[in-house]
Amino acid sequence: MDPTASALLLTAPAAVPFLIAGAYAVPALRPRATAATHAPAQLAEPRRRVSAQGSVLVTEAPESALVPGPAPVPGPALVPEPAPVPEPATVPGPPPVPALATASEPATASEPATVPEPATVPEPGTAPERPGRGRGRGWDWTGLLSPAVILTCAGLLAKDVDDGGSRRAYSGLLRADALTVWMLLVVGAVALVACGSAPTYLSGERAAGRASERSVWRYHVLVQAFLAAMCLAVVTANLGVLWVAVEATTIVTAFLVGHRRTRTSVEAAWKYVVICSAGIALAFLGTVLIYYAARQAGISEAWALDWPTLAARAHRLDPAATRLGITLVVLGFGAKAGLVPLHAWLPDAHSEAPAPVSALMSGVLLSVAFAAILRYRVIADAALGAGFTRVLLAGIALLTLALAAALLLAQRDHKRMLAYSSMEHMSLIALATAIGSPLALSAALLHIAGHGLAKSVAFCASGRILQLTGTTRIGRVRGLIAKAPPLAGAFGLAALALMAFPPFSLFASELGIARAGFAAGRGLAWVTAAALLLVLVVFAALAVRVARMLLGTGTPVTESPSAVWPLMLGLAACAALGVSLGPLTDLLHTAAGTIGGH
Amino acid sequence: MSGGLYTQLLDLACGAFLLAAVIVLWVRELTAIIRVFALQGIALAALAVLLGAHEHRWDLVGVGVGIGALRAGVLPYLLRRALATLTADRQRYGTAAAETRETQPLVNVAASLLTAALLTLLAYAVARPLTALDPTPATRALPVGLAVVLIGFFVLVTRRRAPAQVVGFLLLDNGITATALLATSGVPLIVELGVSFDVLLAVLVLQMLTTRMREAFGTTDIDDLRELHD
Repeated sequence: MDPTASALLLTAPAAVPFLIAGAYAVPALRPRATAATHAPAQLAEPRRRVSAQGSVLVTEAPESALVPGPAPVPGPALVPEPAPVPEPATVPGPPPVPALATASEPATASEPATVPEPATVPEPGTAPERPGRGRGRGWDWTGLLSPAVILTCAGLLAKDVDDGGSRRAYSGLLRADALTVWMLLVVGAVALVACGSAPTYLSGERAAGRASERSVWRYHVLVQAFLAAMCLAVVTANLGVLWVAVEATTIVTAFLVGHRRTRTSVEAAWKYVVICSAGIALAFLGTVLIYYAARQAGISEAWALDWPTLAARAHRLDPAATRLGITLVVLGFGAKAGLVPLHAWLPDAHSEAPAPVSALMSGVLLSVAFAAILRYRVIADAALGAGFTRVLLAGIALLTLALAAALLLAQRDHKRMLAYSSMEHMSLIALATAIGSPLALSAALLHIAGHGLAKSVAFCASGRILQLTGTTRIGRVRGLIAKAPPLAGAFGLAALALMAFPPFSLFASELGIARAGFAAGRGLAWVTAAALLLVLVVFAALAVRVARMLLGTGTPVTESPSAVWPLMLGLAACAALGVSLGPLTDLLHTAAGTIGGH
Repeated sequence: MSGGLYTQLLDLACGAFLLAAVIVLWVRELTAIIRVFALQGIALAALAVLLGAHEHRWDLVGVGVGIGALRAGVLPYLLRRALATLTADRQRYGTAAAETRETQPLVNVAASLLTAALLTLLAYAVARPLTALDPTPATRALPVGLAVVLIGFFVLVTRRRAPAQVVGFLLLDNGITATALLATSGVPLIVELGVSFDVLLAVLVLQMLTTRMREAFGTTDIDDLRELHD
């Protein structure tokens, strides 16, 4: 294909979410502006009603004075009252398709030329699936455009890279190989689940009076910017730009974590920003040391942070400098991937963020950060031999797994439970990377995909459960199957997938990791055996807690089907991956090959 | 510039850079800490300009000027403004002093200074292979950058006021920038720009969170953040 096309395909996954974020951010494009001029009275009226009922509007006034106890969620009743559904935007919103087409044009003009081509938006067949049934809420569905574009680009790129080739653009700054495409597919699929369940989540928040129109717009802007940063981290070949993009995800998501301004969410956001920024700063120090080693090895300034160049010439890097650099990089990106020792932010941030954002953070942000470690491992193994990263990663994986298992045993909060389960799965991926055989690396990549899908479904479902029951306490959620069968089904199936039951793909990948571990020699076999034991503990802890939430008696609540289809889609994809990889087989094996599984 | 003068000036800048980090450990008053941090920014900028002038790389001199503007100008200004809003509210209750002083760090001053000395020694030990790789005046000063990174981490861990923690994070970042400058005369420009932008945004985010923390908890003492735990 010609260079323009590859530049377009490589730019679009990061540029389109960025442009949509811009379109969301420009106040003039919001339908609310017209709503305010047409019907200011209706707009003010429902607001007042909401406040009078005691629910607290998020953007006003700190809640600490009102909610001093540890119960941060002002949802008082177990069953949500259907009465106060004041829809402030009473004017029928414009259908999103034409609105967006016109919307992104001025956004391009006003953005200071970060992305030169405006032609990236009209991808064929990527229009939002539904115009949105609620008035004015159509804009919530516009967010689905980004996952559609990301998946389309990944699909188009897949054809060129699954024989081991790569595509480059902007003199090597952006580059797609099989690993890039695999990660793009995962990001796109998880974003589809998360953005697909966002409208239901947001209307639930609006109904409960926890979200004003302004905070909903801010939510959209930040989520799209988050997607853009993750895609940039995946498609860049420059290790410096990779670092910048990963740090940008921290900054963007900080406000999403702290969106409620309660004591708990401010605390979570503070921990998140401080720990992740400091951790990722270590990764930057590591990057600088690798750059230094590369310059001393005679690589020119322009190419000394270029991953393919470094991977090809890694054997010439100075071992001492590389060892120091790699240790810092693994610790630093490990902080973002939720690995010991800088993991403390993870359960807090995941439990405080809005459910779709938790889904994105847990499903892909962790693995995007881990993909950086996968890239650096190639350099380290060529420079230092496989032993160094193997010991480092296996140790970190085992410690993380033990910690997650121990804390899961005493867990009483269902969102935190899912967060610790993420740490468990990330440590399994780290273990597979430590093993490093082709089977193990393929299993690690498959595990990234399976975990992303299952965990995003679980988080979206738990956000809905929180809205229905008003609590995150496991002990207070009872009889979910009787209350909301589709939702309970989705949550239960996602939990089964996370416990690695067949047919879900996590079964296949965990089996692959175990087989590769036992085949890899004595030391790693012992580590794998210990890991399997800990996985069993996690399994028991999850099973008991999920069963407690699902079983029991309860009064049924009507649940709209639009709340469940993204979840079912995610589960179906996860199960399909477990049954057969289909057309993705070559891609997976080539991707494992690019990160050292020869 | 002659070799001897260049080396002396370089060592002077590095010495001032390290000294500023140590003084941060010593001083309790947050306004004074911010002033010291600004001085460190100037030392860092001087370092970049010196290296650029020595190697006749004018882009590096430009980077140095940019670093000076950011680290000695913008970031201290932001920190000072955050502190001013914190004190303005507190004045009424007569607790302003409590907000602007690092009253009870986890480790006292004497122990902190001793730790700083140990960390500097550690930095010299760790950096030996790095210096051996290419012994020039600049890389011989490399341990200073690493020492400031370690001291920054120490400040981040032991301070209990939110603004002091932000300063710790910024020390860490200054140390990394100094390491990059001394080792390789700076990373490529696009990365340098991205890093500076990210740091600026991180500080803005932290500043905003500090304000929210005071709204929610009535204080910026990190010890009060104990709602979330297992």
